[in-house]
Amino acid sequence: MQHGKYRFIAGFLVLPLALYAVFVISPFVQSIYYSFTDWTGLSSDLRVTGLDNYRRLWHDDIFWQAVGHNVLLLLVLPLVTLGLGLFFAFMLNVGGRRRKNAAVAGVRGSSLYKVVYFFPQVLSIAIVALLFQFAYNPNSGALNSFLGAIGVDARPEWLGNPHLALWCVTAVMVWSNVGFYVVLFSAGMSSVPRDFYEAALLDGANRLQTFFRITLPLLWDTVQTGWVYMGIMALDSFAVVQIMTVGPGGPDYSTEVLSFYLYTKAFRDGQAGYATAVGVALLIVTMIFAGIVMKLGRRERLEY
Amino acid sequence: MGTTSGNTSGIGRRDLVRRAAALGLVTVPAVGALGACATGGGDGDKDGKQAGKGTKSAKNPLAVEEKAPLDVVIFDGGFGQQYAKDAEADYKAAFPGAQIHHTGTQDILTQLQPRFNGGTPPDVIDNSGAKQMDMGTLVAKNQLADLNDLLDAPSFDDPSKKVRDTLRPGVAEMGRFGGKETWVLYYAYTVYGVWYSKTNLAKFDAQYPETWDEMLALCEKAKKKGVAGWTYAGKHPYYLPFSLYPFIAKIGGPEVLTRIDNLEPNAWKDPAVKAAFEAYYELYKKGYVLQGTPGLDHIQSQTAWNEGKALFLPNGSWVENESKKTTPADFRMAVAAPSSLDKNRDKMPFGTIWASGGEPFIVPRNAKNPRGGMELLRIMLGKKSTQNFIKSVSSLTSLNGGTDGLSLPPGLTSCQETLAKAGKNVVNPRIGDWYVALQKEKIGVGALGEMMAGRLTPDEAISKIQRYADETAKDSSVKKYRHV
Repeated sequence: MQHGKYRFIAGFLVLPLALYAVFVISPFVQSIYYSFTDWTGLSSDLRVTGLDNYRRLWHDDIFWQAVGHNVLLLLVLPLVTLGLGLFFAFMLNVGGRRRKNAAVAGVRGSSLYKVVYFFPQVLSIAIVALLFQFAYNPNSGALNSFLGAIGVDARPEWLGNPHLALWCVTAVMVWSNVGFYVVLFSAGMSSVPRDFYEAALLDGANRLQTFFRITLPLLWDTVQTGWVYMGIMALDSFAVVQIMTVGPGGPDYSTEVLSFYLYTKAFRDGQAGYATAVGVALLIVTMIFAGIVMKLGRRERLEY
Repeated sequence: MGTTSGNTSGIGRRDLVRRAAALGLVTVPAVGALGACATGGGDGDKDGKQAGKGTKSAKNPLAVEEKAPLDVVIFDGGFGQQYAKDAEADYKAAFPGAQIHHTGTQDILTQLQPRFNGGTPPDVIDNSGAKQMDMGTLVAKNQLADLNDLLDAPSFDDPSKKVRDTLRPGVAEMGRFGGKETWVLYYAYTVYGVWYSKTNLAKFDAQYPETWDEMLALCEKAKKKGVAGWTYAGKHPYYLPFSLYPFIAKIGGPEVLTRIDNLEPNAWKDPAVKAAFEAYYELYKKGYVLQGTPGLDHIQSQTAWNEGKALFLPNGSWVENESKKTTPADFRMAVAAPSSLDKNRDKMPFGTIWASGGEPFIVPRNAKNPRGGMELLRIMLGKKSTQNFIKSVSSLTSLNGGTDGLSLPPGLTSCQETLAKAGKNVVNPRIGDWYVALQKEKIGVGALGEMMAGRLTPDEAISKIQRYADETAKDSSVKKYRHV
């Protein structure tokens, strides 16, 4: 019976799997091969150079800087985005003042907020990056104008300052993604049975306790999925870096990330072979990340 | 989440979703995309599809096959593509039987990389813009046709003169990469330097300051009125060299730049480099650089300069066309050579300027109709096309002259005057063409930008650049070039 079931499933999967193999798996295998060559990307004349690219990678300071930034993003971005997402979603669904007939309710106007939070998601990331580029303009940008209006004398150079630039990039990515998670978590929260909250409130739990004891555990699966997707965002971050930052990738490599480094090597410097080696490194970082998330996320599931 | 998935055996819904997510993760890195542009077909024209020779005549000195189609790809950037279309119309008039296929794009590289890999490149390409193909690699991989055939052909307007002899000085040499062959023809001619507005200087009763002391005095005067002396494209600090490199050459002679281009050891430790860096650093130190400049991109810095918030801007002659929309009508844009640091001790006189070819045109070796590609370039280097180019995009071309009878906009007029004043004292540093990564992200963003933002001292910036240059010199994956 089991056997027949798998054959049944496989029958449906043949076509998509074949497409996947041709368009995703085979370029991967090819890329791994190219990472052992000196392919320029501009001519099909290439030589196998063994581990040369990887040896170079090992001694490439900029590459390690990029890895560092990606790892930092990987830690910070999901934490901040999901944290904010959870907070807002909680406020929208459970955080409001208690009203008649309902044990829990969102803050006033929560349905409007839900829509507003989702706005950034509608904009393409290129537009978002461009908008923020204007906002970060040290002379006439919204941020510094705001600082001026409230009487702060400091005029940070934002993207122009190597200590701030990566945080500016992170902030934009958080801004553009948080809305999606507000909506996602809201959906998750609204399916948590109300009686749980009622019971907790009767026992005298405050909001903090309800959040950590009820909401978060019951939402864990959703949070974990969100974590994986934010990880993907953090490992990519190409568009924001390419459009917004000084250089791009600067100032002084302070916003260099692997995906952008790969791009410059392949498409500016004509070193596609080396770039594929960077790509393979990115693949390894991704695999490690996926492994860790899957491992850490394994928890007993609550059914309700 | 939703309702229970039950305790079924086999694959649960959530497991499936989770596994799918894990699989999706694996596909993220762009590594796959690279391989996708695979190295399909072979190089070379082994199948003999290349167009044959036409009849050589006075009207057709390159012996273009009259009926062979012509495939043109033009970078649709600051200069647009109309000038090329106009020249193609002239080509069509000369060879009515030829089909012309014109493509205008900003994505030169992404569009053409597969065609080069597949051995079917177009016949002539304006390989320009942010997504240009790396010229050194194309040359090293023997992908380009030698344009000496074109340069030795009779010129379009005067058959008694070779094309080579009608070009501005230095343009033909720029197209070489260390050998005798000319691989690239630069069509536009760009003047780099310190850009300013005569109107805005007049507000301070000033002309362009010919010495650095006068420059500092003027900046001080402006500062008191709340106007900054300088601004630059802080996000792309590789605009600074446009006035800084000729400044170095002026102080220490052109050989300093030659040594820098050649990546010679300690080339950057030259006292002229230090003097020039310190002079620029002083602009920052004394607060003459517009506040917030390190966070401005080229357009934002140009706009601030157009609005009169800063007096001087290192830039190239495309700025007049690029900033057209924000330039006030009475701006009276002009360009000047770097001021004298020390009139008596500088090795070159005031007026020493950086000017060189822009818009690199190439003809691929494996093109179907390379002679046709060259013929189009020959037409473009004629007076008619040149004047059309100057008028429509307000930039000079590599054709020497061609401006008589035209009324030029102020910036371009100033370019002409500055070139005339420079005479033979035109320098042309090549480091930016030869070593893009070194020039743009290492020297530009990594050192000059940091210095002008006050985060590095001139000495630190010089050591950093020297280290970068040494690294590039040792990097076997970068092809090296030298001045000959």
